[in-house]
Amino acid sequence: MEIKTTGVAGTLESSDIQIMISKGTDGIQIDLDSEVAKAYGDQIKKVITDTLKKYGLDNVKVKATDKGALDCVIEARTLAAAQRATETSDKPELGVL
Amino acid sequence: MENKVKRELPDDLMSKMNLKPFESTDIGHPEVQRVAPKVRVTSDENKVVDSLEDVIKENLRDGMTISFHHHFRNGDYAFNKVMDLIIKMGYKDLTLAPSSLTGVMNDKVIEAIKKGVITHITSSGMRGSLGDFVSHGGLKNPVIFRSHGNRARSIEEGEIKIDVAFLGVPVSDPAGNANGQDGDAIFGSLGYALMDAQYANKVVLLTDNIVDYPNTPASIKQDQVDYVVKVDKIGDPDKIGSGATRFTKDPKELKIAQMVNQVIVNSPYYKQGFSFQTGSGGAALAVTRYLRQSMIDDGITASFALGGITKPTTDLLDESLVKKIMDVQDFDKGAAASMAKNKDQQEIDASWYADPHNKGAVVNNLDVSILSALQIDTNFNVNVMTGSDGIIRGAIGGHQDAANAKMTIITAPLVRGRNATIVPNVETVVTPGDLIDVVVTERGIAINPKRQDLIKAFSKVPGLKILDIKDLQKLAQEQVGTPKPLEYTDKTVALIEYRDGTIIDTIKQVKD
Repeated sequence: MEIKTTGVAGTLESSDIQIMISKGTDGIQIDLDSEVAKAYGDQIKKVITDTLKKYGLDNVKVKATDKGALDCVIEARTLAAAQRATETSDKPELGVL
Repeated sequence: MENKVKRELPDDLMSKMNLKPFESTDIGHPEVQRVAPKVRVTSDENKVVDSLEDVIKENLRDGMTISFHHHFRNGDYAFNKVMDLIIKMGYKDLTLAPSSLTGVMNDKVIEAIKKGVITHITSSGMRGSLGDFVSHGGLKNPVIFRSHGNRARSIEEGEIKIDVAFLGVPVSDPAGNANGQDGDAIFGSLGYALMDAQYANKVVLLTDNIVDYPNTPASIKQDQVDYVVKVDKIGDPDKIGSGATRFTKDPKELKIAQMVNQVIVNSPYYKQGFSFQTGSGGAALAVTRYLRQSMIDDGITASFALGGITKPTTDLLDESLVKKIMDVQDFDKGAAASMAKNKDQQEIDASWYADPHNKGAVVNNLDVSILSALQIDTNFNVNVMTGSDGIIRGAIGGHQDAANAKMTIITAPLVRGRNATIVPNVETVVTPGDLIDVVVTERGIAINPKRQDLIKAFSKVPGLKILDIKDLQKLAQEQVGTPKPLEYTDKTVALIEYRDGTIIDTIKQVKD
């Protein structure tokens, strides 16, 4: 899977997370901004990393602005951002859903 | 040492400050000795002065204790006006002992701490930038947090000895007869400030509205007042309270409010002449509306409503559904304006309201209280002081005090964003679980196992789902996951007193 453009998904509303994905060179690098970073920062990064890897992306720059999203939301937003960045929104990998 | 709610307290600080660990919610019948203020005798009819600076110069020395009230809330001009001068005049090592600290005061307090002007603080609470500053170790000596009732007790017993009280009022006469009900910046009850007026060595009133002698009703009386300082503007009426109280549309809050109402009307306390206290949160206001309808339907009236008062409560007074309001503080304009018009809305001071060491406070006569929480744990302990990030962002207010009601109900959503509200252990214990009877969330209610009578009473109510508090906690955890424990340094940044002055918990500096 190849990142072709910058993909964004999610809003800055409470309980949502905004994920911005662009091409990286040095693995999956996540810049996380979250009010619950101390308690859930590691977990949020793990969900994003796992989701991207499942989608076959290994070199990604991620900007994540979290407003207290639950794991299912984080996964969905990451996936949507990944589809947009790889321009595969019209042919989603149903296997990773 | 560990206290009775299993909180580890720092031995060195406890012995250095001569503090005792929390033992029990049972106050008993101790004999206490009260203190009295020093009085500089005067027979001046006119105490009006123009220069606040001269008043400060004449009366304030390094190391003294100064106090303020927070009835103007975020519309307060008095605090910053006084503190600006005190900082400018280069005072050092003052103790700040206000009834509470509101957002408009934050930056000034931080400035005063940084310049060594303020080195000790006692308050009901703090939020925003100041809470953040203190939680990061910005003040060397730990802040002492006290409930409103406990502050009254501490003042009466000399633990807080106020040298100079600076009290803003919307109206006074030249001799110092003042109230909170007339003028531009009205806030209604002066309940908390009445303690300062009675016990401070020097009482300085600040007002933008001096009227002919004698000003009545006089909440603060001329025999208590040393100076009346005329200022341009004492407060911003639009920021004192929320304007018209808006009724929440949040379905979660409405559901919680409906369940709270079911709990109340199905309790043994719901009968002719019952009494209650509600807070000012969205759910609490909605409870008042549901309760109103139930009272009309059932033909039941309340003998009194207590506490911080809002317009929905004064509406009940107007409709004769509530016979009296015992009013220590008003949260909105409607309630403040109502006080001037209604003799059944009685202004009460903080001691009358909630002091544990007097001959009977109104909270002891209270049937039902409805209180909020940042966190509740599986032992029913409540935290209203620190957020789930461990940072100070709250106030005890009257929480510990009103929890002495015969039935204390805590309302809270199961989770807020990704933070669980029902947790295995609260970050900070403020009100001990012993005082909490029912916890109401949108997913169901939990009843303290001590209250088998309530479990029995509510089991028969259709639609009221009763869960073990541990199951509520698990529901929350399933939704949000398991948080990583917060990290703190060894430095104690604040002490939480119980009503009787014992230490119920401490707050440590957060690690970043």
